[in-house]
Amino acid sequence: MDILSNLAMGFEIAASPYTLLLAVIGCFVGTIIGALPGLGPSNGVALLIPISFSMGLDAISALVLLTSVYYGAMYGGRISSILLNIPGDEPAMMTTLDGYPMAKQGRAAEALVVSGVASFVGAFAATIGLMIFAPYLARVAFKFGPAEYFALYMLAFCTLGGIGSNNQAKSALAAAIGLAIAMIGLDKTTGMPRFTFGELHLMDGVDFLVAIVGLFAVAEVFFFIETHGKDSAIGVKLGKILVPWKMLRQTSGAMARGTGIGFVSGVLPGAGASLGSFLAYMAEKSASRDKASFGTGNPAGVAAPEAGNNAAAGGALVPMLTLGVPGSGTTAVLLALLLTLNITPGPLLFTERPEVVWSLIAALLIANIVLLLMNVPMIKIFVHILSVPAWILLPGVTMVAFVGIYSLTGSSFDMLMMVGFGVLGYVMRKLSIPTVPVILGILLGNAMEDNLRRAMVLSNGDWTFLFSSPIAIGLWIAAILGFVAPIFLRGLLKKPALPDNDPTTIED
Amino acid sequence: MKNWTRVAIAALMTSVAAPAMAEECIAPANPGGGWDFTCRQIGRIMTDLGIAPNLVQVTNLAGAGGGVAYTQVVSSRNDDPEVFVAASSATTTRLAQNAFAGATADQVRWVGTIGGDPGVIVVAKDSEYQNLADLVEAVKADPSKVAFAGGSAVGGFDHLKVLMMLDKAGFSEARQVKYIGLDGGADAVTQTVGGFAQAMTGDLSEITGFIKSGDVRPIAVLSEERVAGFDDVPTAKEQGVDIVAMNWRGIYVPKGISDERYDEWVDALQKVGASDEWQQVMAENGLAPYDVFGADFEAFVADNIAQIQDVSKEIGLLK
Repeated sequence: MDILSNLAMGFEIAASPYTLLLAVIGCFVGTIIGALPGLGPSNGVALLIPISFSMGLDAISALVLLTSVYYGAMYGGRISSILLNIPGDEPAMMTTLDGYPMAKQGRAAEALVVSGVASFVGAFAATIGLMIFAPYLARVAFKFGPAEYFALYMLAFCTLGGIGSNNQAKSALAAAIGLAIAMIGLDKTTGMPRFTFGELHLMDGVDFLVAIVGLFAVAEVFFFIETHGKDSAIGVKLGKILVPWKMLRQTSGAMARGTGIGFVSGVLPGAGASLGSFLAYMAEKSASRDKASFGTGNPAGVAAPEAGNNAAAGGALVPMLTLGVPGSGTTAVLLALLLTLNITPGPLLFTERPEVVWSLIAALLIANIVLLLMNVPMIKIFVHILSVPAWILLPGVTMVAFVGIYSLTGSSFDMLMMVGFGVLGYVMRKLSIPTVPVILGILLGNAMEDNLRRAMVLSNGDWTFLFSSPIAIGLWIAAILGFVAPIFLRGLLKKPALPDNDPTTIED
Repeated sequence: MKNWTRVAIAALMTSVAAPAMAEECIAPANPGGGWDFTCRQIGRIMTDLGIAPNLVQVTNLAGAGGGVAYTQVVSSRNDDPEVFVAASSATTTRLAQNAFAGATADQVRWVGTIGGDPGVIVVAKDSEYQNLADLVEAVKADPSKVAFAGGSAVGGFDHLKVLMMLDKAGFSEARQVKYIGLDGGADAVTQTVGGFAQAMTGDLSEITGFIKSGDVRPIAVLSEERVAGFDDVPTAKEQGVDIVAMNWRGIYVPKGISDERYDEWVDALQKVGASDEWQQVMAENGLAPYDVFGADFEAFVADNIAQIQDVSKEIGLLK
């Protein structure tokens, strides 16, 4: 009952016409920011913080605006994943795997609707989870030490084998490239810079947004130039938008599972939305009877990661609000916003500042409903932005990519690095090596290494420490199963491993 | 539709990158961090007090822990009289460790500090260590049994706090001290509450919530005097360990400006520090008074750097 009366209080504060208007604007801007490659939720929110100050918004209004942008960007990321094969932001990466093949088969509209609904299910359920369980879930973070986190990341890498390509060695190669790139920068455990060659811009490591925009967007542009538009992703046509009720029913299981997995990985600080959508996709693939159809346009392969990443976005608010530990890049920016508004998230936030927490939750619920309306019935508006002729879109994508990356740090160095990644992405695509594991390596590699080395410091170098808790052992077992199971399953299903140059392994 | 979007995006971009006509504060980090906070608060108060006639423009120039901003000010804005840059102990720590690509502290002019975030050492609520002496004794008995968690990397300010404190307490084997660096104070507290680390060092403001909720127990605050609002937390000095570690909040300006302009900056910062607005900001954000200005501050920075270099050599970060 407490929850309901608190929620009513939240709505009372958050649901004025003015804040509703802000929510609509925030959702709209957020969706566009999410859809544009290079502008993800974290730099989108970061860009808007100064604006919300100059508009003189009070704490609640600023929160409503920026959380709308945050959720909007999480919804919007899928649009360019599906239509352009370029993830609008890092958690939407997994959506390219099945979303884009669907679009190529002329099912773009269905993919957009299914992913829109999946986003809604994930985000809405996660917000309710946040509302009911946040104070209890905060305690989960105390159970995760370095050993447990290391095992969690191992789980992600062990299930990586079957991603994008059926050639496991190529996935492993791509992941190794990602992990190698992740080593660049300041080493937290010794305080020494590694592989920076005295270049200050490399001290913080390689920003995954630079890599993602380079590997996907810039590589796509190169590919377009080479093929004169044939076979390129840019220019997919969209038919009439109908709600595919049957498909929604079929993918409801995938959405529910994706939501669960996504929420849990969101709640763990340091895992975040990308891990959520990745694990949701891989789990769905391994649970499916029809594994071969993943990567070729299976709607469940769109629904699961979208539900997963949006649920993780909601889940990541749990440690952010209750511990002050941001679970992802975007929550780090939101945390910063709260601090600037003189709201200090932490164990006492729910009791000391209930009006902030509950109006935030109310704002999230409002934003979700606005976003569902924007992203399903009104999806065409956003699609129009991306479905202009190639001769406008191509320079447009390039420009947004450059501007977006420049806005990250304001240095031209990152733009050059982005072009470098574009070349790498082009070469990898020619060799049909999947690029998703590279990003995953960059995203998780640092945290994985830091946690391994923290574990070694804590245990004075005793490696058995990695298996010293029930949670860690459970995660290790899951990781080993995830690694081994596909090999045995393939034997059981009597499907021989596909040869290297099998045409179906080519992603585009 | 298209045009509208473009315009919106262009507006987003320009509002961040608009050229500054008046005073500009460079925050060497993304919006929301401590440096951004310093810039926005000092800028706002300067405008409110009429020191800066126009709105102070805040520019975020993130990278290399402040190194990108530092080298840029040194190399291309060395005589810009309108720019000032937010700084803290992290800035001097990195300068001391030569982490700014060869840049040194004497390439800019240090204006002053108007507040500090006191360092604090906390343990989990059910920890066996009741006071600083217990903790120090445990480290002396067997350094491999006590792990410290902190919000900065090895060699960062949180790590140095531990090493300097232990050094003053008579344990100088810096390399044997176990320390794990996490992403920020809250993350480090989580590891300590979870029992993975035995103690945690950080800035007081980062972990106020955890202290008030009782999840962790502060055993020493590393300031000159007890901190208002935490009157029952003894200082390290009271417990016989003579260490003060404040994460100060201050600014520096380019080297090439005139002495008159430098004096104006010192004066402006002093006015901000003395204002009621700043006192309120400090109270709301858990900062303690810590005022050093002008020549004194330049000397303070030089001392600070020498001290950090000593410790860094001991742990092998510097040769």
